[in-house]
Amino acid sequence: MNTQNPLEPYLRLDRMPHIWCSGCGIGTSVNCFIRALMDLNMPKEKICVVSGIGCTGRVAGYLNLDSFHTTHGRAIPFATGLKLANPDLKVIVFSGDGDLVAIGGNHFIHAAQRNMDITVICVNNFNYAMTGGQYGPTTPIQAKSSTAPYGSFQMPFNLPKLAESAGAVYVARWTTYHVRQLRKSMREAMNKKGFSFVEVISQCPTLYGRKNQFRSGRDSMLWYKEHSVARNHPLTSDINLGFRTYILVGKFIDIEKPTFLDGLNERYKGVREKIA
Amino acid sequence: MKYVTKLLKGNEAIGEGAILAGCRYYFGYPITPQNEIPEYMSRNLPAVGGTFVQSESELAAINLVMGAAAAGGRAMTSSSSPGVSLMQEGISYMAGMEVPAVVVNVVRGGPGLGGIGPAQSDYFQATKGGGHGDYFTLCLAPSTAQEMLDLTILAFDIADRYRCVTIILADGLLGQMAESVEVPLDYKPREYKKDWIMDGCKGRPPRIVRSLFLDPAELEKHNFHLSEKYREICKKEVRFERFKTRDADIVLVAYGTSARICKAVVEMARADGLKLGLLRPVTLYPFPEKEIRKTAERAKALLVVELSMGQMVQDVKRAVGDACPVLFKGRTGGMVFTPEEVYQSVKKIKIKDEG
Repeated sequence: MNTQNPLEPYLRLDRMPHIWCSGCGIGTSVNCFIRALMDLNMPKEKICVVSGIGCTGRVAGYLNLDSFHTTHGRAIPFATGLKLANPDLKVIVFSGDGDLVAIGGNHFIHAAQRNMDITVICVNNFNYAMTGGQYGPTTPIQAKSSTAPYGSFQMPFNLPKLAESAGAVYVARWTTYHVRQLRKSMREAMNKKGFSFVEVISQCPTLYGRKNQFRSGRDSMLWYKEHSVARNHPLTSDINLGFRTYILVGKFIDIEKPTFLDGLNERYKGVREKIA
Repeated sequence: MKYVTKLLKGNEAIGEGAILAGCRYYFGYPITPQNEIPEYMSRNLPAVGGTFVQSESELAAINLVMGAAAAGGRAMTSSSSPGVSLMQEGISYMAGMEVPAVVVNVVRGGPGLGGIGPAQSDYFQATKGGGHGDYFTLCLAPSTAQEMLDLTILAFDIADRYRCVTIILADGLLGQMAESVEVPLDYKPREYKKDWIMDGCKGRPPRIVRSLFLDPAELEKHNFHLSEKYREICKKEVRFERFKTRDADIVLVAYGTSARICKAVVEMARADGLKLGLLRPVTLYPFPEKEIRKTAERAKALLVVELSMGQMVQDVKRAVGDACPVLFKGRTGGMVFTPEEVYQSVKKIKIKDEG
């Protein structure tokens, strides 16, 4: 009998145990991601994973692929540089909400606007977990955090809407409960030419959960199971996330548009021919 | 003045000091090991009519501080090494515009992302300007939770008095440990007349707050003015502590966490009959050059003890010249020496001296 976990070839086992808390949703997200890679049967030497800083920022370090752990917020510009210098690579950015849309927000917007040919997977756990549970760009109004002791009062980002308006060609959202759909969306996103974005709604029982009545990973999973509504192609302006409200999940955007490299090759063609 | 004794983490003492000093605007971004500062401010600023914003990045934080300070408010941000590197652009602009603010750096090991253990490896950045251009930031180095509070209060006063950025250079150890702190109950911060702030030009000509001077002659003049200010700061604001240096043969020079450890080393050595002392700079800019020179003239050797690969030691050597040998003991990357380890280094000097 083969006792090896099928995911093992994709993990750096020498770096285990990982740092994630029990009940955390990042492990599930990584599991879905690896299975999506296996589905695609993509050669490992063609894949690069880039992460920023934070709990999800550790993903790159645990994957047995060429991976890069960037400065806080700069995973996307790094990935862009990587892709431009070697367009044959499949470049995936795997990071958290704070890293991607707070400190890295401008890069997120501009990579989508350029339709840069990369896949961005954002594990959204509604707080800065690694530093102790401070509020972030996605914390729902009313939710408590270590720097919103009286409850948050800032309108959070609606990430799929942000990605769509900035120019993303593929946008999906699932929770960590929806492992099959998540795996499928990750597969589709990686197959898509251009800027593809998958938001993973994930539980953080240690910090966000403890302060907001999701004390265990199981509490969150039950909530996701009972309060998720799947819709294909709703208006992204209708899918805001509230505090302990219904969660709209599904594939929201799937369109075709020339990528940055398509545009570049097209525009430079004449110039390059002249030089040649 | 009346005091109340509180058990506070070093980071919380900074928050407490800032609010006492009249800080009403705090902007910051999460980073370990300083998170207790924004957490403290988010909890306590609302009750005094203040405003807390968790910014989207350190770049945003320093620019929010710049704005609030340009409006005349007392503003602060805090971070740890990688975050403070991101703030350097804003700090240079504030130095150029002479906008006062307090920036706390709870230092962790570097370079790059480094680690989260305590370090003193940002000394150069904090004392030599840090960003681009001809400027200095005043730099205070606390070594106890009490000083985290006292020096934060002082930092706001100095910042307003000289219209400069004041850096509080702590480290992960000072930030995280709890000590009893005497908190003044009826402290009244001194008010400074701010005839340069942007508060609407009703009844006066409009003002401009800027760091752009395209005419080289004008920019040079501006730099002469800044330089004059730094000279005055160097003359008036030097602070340091002497600990059993009067009869000392060997004097340790250390600040912050290293100085705490060195105090224990001095006690150990004295118990053995060794004449050891400690000179602790409290201001790292301005640096207590004259005092170090005077000490060196009387001592047989100085040992500079730092949580870095040797940064302050360069300033000590410059101050000492050829007055006596200057030796160095350092650990880095978040590693902290024990008093015994430093004592061993001291004993080696003794042996060398006699041989």
